[in-house]
Amino acid sequence: MSTTALPQNYITNRATTATAWIKSWLLTVDHKRIAILYLLSINFFFLIGGAAASMVRLELVTPQGDLMSADMYNRMFTLHGVVMVFFFLIPGIPSVLGNFLIPLMIGARDLAFPKLNLLSWYLYMGGGLFALSAAVFGGVDTGWTFYTPFSTSYSNSNVILTIAGAFIMGFSSILTGLNFIVTIHKMRAPGLTWFRLPLFIWAHYATSLIQILATPVVAIALLLVMVERIWHVGVFDPALGGDPLLYQHLFWFYSHPAVYIMILPAMGVISELIATFSRKRVFGYEFIAFSSIAIAILGFLVWGHHMFVSSQSVYSGLVFGFITMLVAIPSAIKVFNWTATLYKGSISYRTPMLYALGFIGLFIIGGLTGIFLSVVAVDIHVTDTYFVVAHFHYVMVGGTIMAYLGGIHYWWPKITGRMYNEAWGTISALVVFVGFNMTFFPQFVMGYLGMPRRYHVYPEEFQIYHVMSTAGSTILGIGFIIPIVYLLLSLRYGKIAGDNPWDAPGLEWQTTSPPPTFNFETQPIVTEEAYAFHPEAAIKDAEAWRPGSPL
Amino acid sequence: MATTTHGHEHNPALQHHYDTPGQQKEAATLGMWAFLVTEIMLFGGIFLAYTVYRWAYPEVWAAAAPHLNTPLATVNTVVLLVSSLTVALSVHAAEQGNKRQLVTLLLVTILLGAAFLGIKFTEYGEKFAHCAGYANPLAWVTGGERLGEAECLVPGANFLFPAEAAAESGAAAGEAAVAHQPGMKSPHQLFFFLYFCATGLHAIHMIIGISVMGGITWMAARNKFSPAYFTPVEIGGLYWHLIDIIWVFLFPLFYLV
Repeated sequence: MSTTALPQNYITNRATTATAWIKSWLLTVDHKRIAILYLLSINFFFLIGGAAASMVRLELVTPQGDLMSADMYNRMFTLHGVVMVFFFLIPGIPSVLGNFLIPLMIGARDLAFPKLNLLSWYLYMGGGLFALSAAVFGGVDTGWTFYTPFSTSYSNSNVILTIAGAFIMGFSSILTGLNFIVTIHKMRAPGLTWFRLPLFIWAHYATSLIQILATPVVAIALLLVMVERIWHVGVFDPALGGDPLLYQHLFWFYSHPAVYIMILPAMGVISELIATFSRKRVFGYEFIAFSSIAIAILGFLVWGHHMFVSSQSVYSGLVFGFITMLVAIPSAIKVFNWTATLYKGSISYRTPMLYALGFIGLFIIGGLTGIFLSVVAVDIHVTDTYFVVAHFHYVMVGGTIMAYLGGIHYWWPKITGRMYNEAWGTISALVVFVGFNMTFFPQFVMGYLGMPRRYHVYPEEFQIYHVMSTAGSTILGIGFIIPIVYLLLSLRYGKIAGDNPWDAPGLEWQTTSPPPTFNFETQPIVTEEAYAFHPEAAIKDAEAWRPGSPL
Repeated sequence: MATTTHGHEHNPALQHHYDTPGQQKEAATLGMWAFLVTEIMLFGGIFLAYTVYRWAYPEVWAAAAPHLNTPLATVNTVVLLVSSLTVALSVHAAEQGNKRQLVTLLLVTILLGAAFLGIKFTEYGEKFAHCAGYANPLAWVTGGERLGEAECLVPGANFLFPAEAAAESGAAAGEAAVAHQPGMKSPHQLFFFLYFCATGLHAIHMIIGISVMGGITWMAARNKFSPAYFTPVEIGGLYWHLIDIIWVFLFPLFYLV
């Protein structure tokens, strides 16, 4: 390959006029271009959610409410929650990395339903428009959970607009999941049996099952909230005979599995990274594959652990608590198998691997505190405190964002054809890890000491923890901005990556970088299992090693 | 299988990213089944709400259900079941490559669907006419016969359930349809709220179904189908059957309790 220019690929364009160029992107049915559309829009929403989080952290530097009023504060953390959950974490990895990689990894020319894929993106943008216009017209103050009857009868903010946004985005999520399921079932290359699939595919399959089964339930729940708000009927309002707990059941029936929509694809990414940078087949492949499915199934049976203090009976609380502990089993299987993969592997600390190792560390903390919280008595003690906030940020941010960034770095050469600056990559991975822990670890402490969540004023004894947390969030923010800069610069100044810069197996590395529009020049045929590193790979790495080289 | 990317341009119905028509059809069918599962989960939320409130207020359900128009709904059930038959027959006609029969059956299906919606909206109209104080929708338009006893079964601020109103206006407390706490409205309107939500959502699906059938009819008329390729007829039919099955559950749950 020429070292000065990239080959003809899905990005290069025959469009001669600006209109034709815009059309070629906005009306594309190429899964790779749609993934780029998602990449841009999802990162845009991430920055908005991040800005709202910064405002929240800034307010909490002092115990008094000096930056904003209580009402403004409520709207700010709701904006942060709604945008981050519905418009970043849930679609993040599946819509960007999944969209780009699933057809490439299984040797297909596209997803099963390319037009539906484009429709998903438009639904996502439509939902985002509703949610953002709600913010522009004054915001919403219910928290991202929209608990009734506050959201239906008492809140004076833009509940309907926001809920409509989440509702529409839900359909985007359903269609993406549906597309992935059919693609994985029907579009695999000859010879690519289920147990030769990369674990990334298994994880996305499990995710898609949750997306198509759980999302419609929250859709109907949100629809009922909207109807109730418009016509003032009492389906969730106890004053009119309704049952607010019904809303919580319907909501968490989706929103608990939704955290697995966030973490399962992340786990899929981590499996790929660990294998490639240890030069080893993933240890216990089948166990990791089935643990994804097990998490998806168990995830449907634990929603009641969000309702331990919502007048749920003690018995159902105990049962939900017990099943919640069971989720730890498949999760631990994954962590142990990744660790076992590292054992005697030829490990190289490239940027994606740093994110993967960071993920394992943060996920262990997030997962273990999850087991604490599944114990009803402990949960009642720390309900609605910063302990819970820290727990779910460790899992959702420490898990999903670490994997998202790791995955973006790992597949960046495939997506763009160019390498980023490795030194800055390493620095930013470390900055993110340090910033993250500094932000959220103090929250465990203050939460355990009794600092409630969602308050903008607090007793002075908590100030030290809040200041630490805010300082950490500044570092974290810098850690997110550095990659934006060097990744953008790499588009112009990056080294040409070549087809397979990591020397990784897997079909996506066999085509050119960036791939051509139809992915493969000839239909690939698979004859070996996933992660089939040739035995001399480790020896070659060792020979190529010299002091200071990262690989 | 080692075909090049564009080795199959002879078949216009085969999209570029599929290898064989069989693969394309299997994908479309699986996709539709997966979508039907999401539809069932969507309606599942309403059925759950129904179960919870019927469990909580059995007397209310017993008192409220007779206020729905069961004869009209029975006719509607028959109309919808016949449309399911015509859809099934149209798939058969497509399999046989019988274009005239296919188009006719699809048109009959659309007509039956429209008839269902017409009857459904008559039922809704009746409820709204009662709220406006008229005996039936026709009287409402023409300014004819007034309603004898005040009644408004459309959920909202004006909701008025006759038995409930009687209980409140001074009849002995024991005669109230349900014992309700002071300051708390009786939950009759929950029944009608769920009724309007469930049947309204179903009607929206009917409208979508009719447009889908319209599109398929248009494709059939333009000779898009052959015995080798009629996937849209088949998966459109699947969707139509699902709408029918949902009605088969809604009918006894609301009208026949």
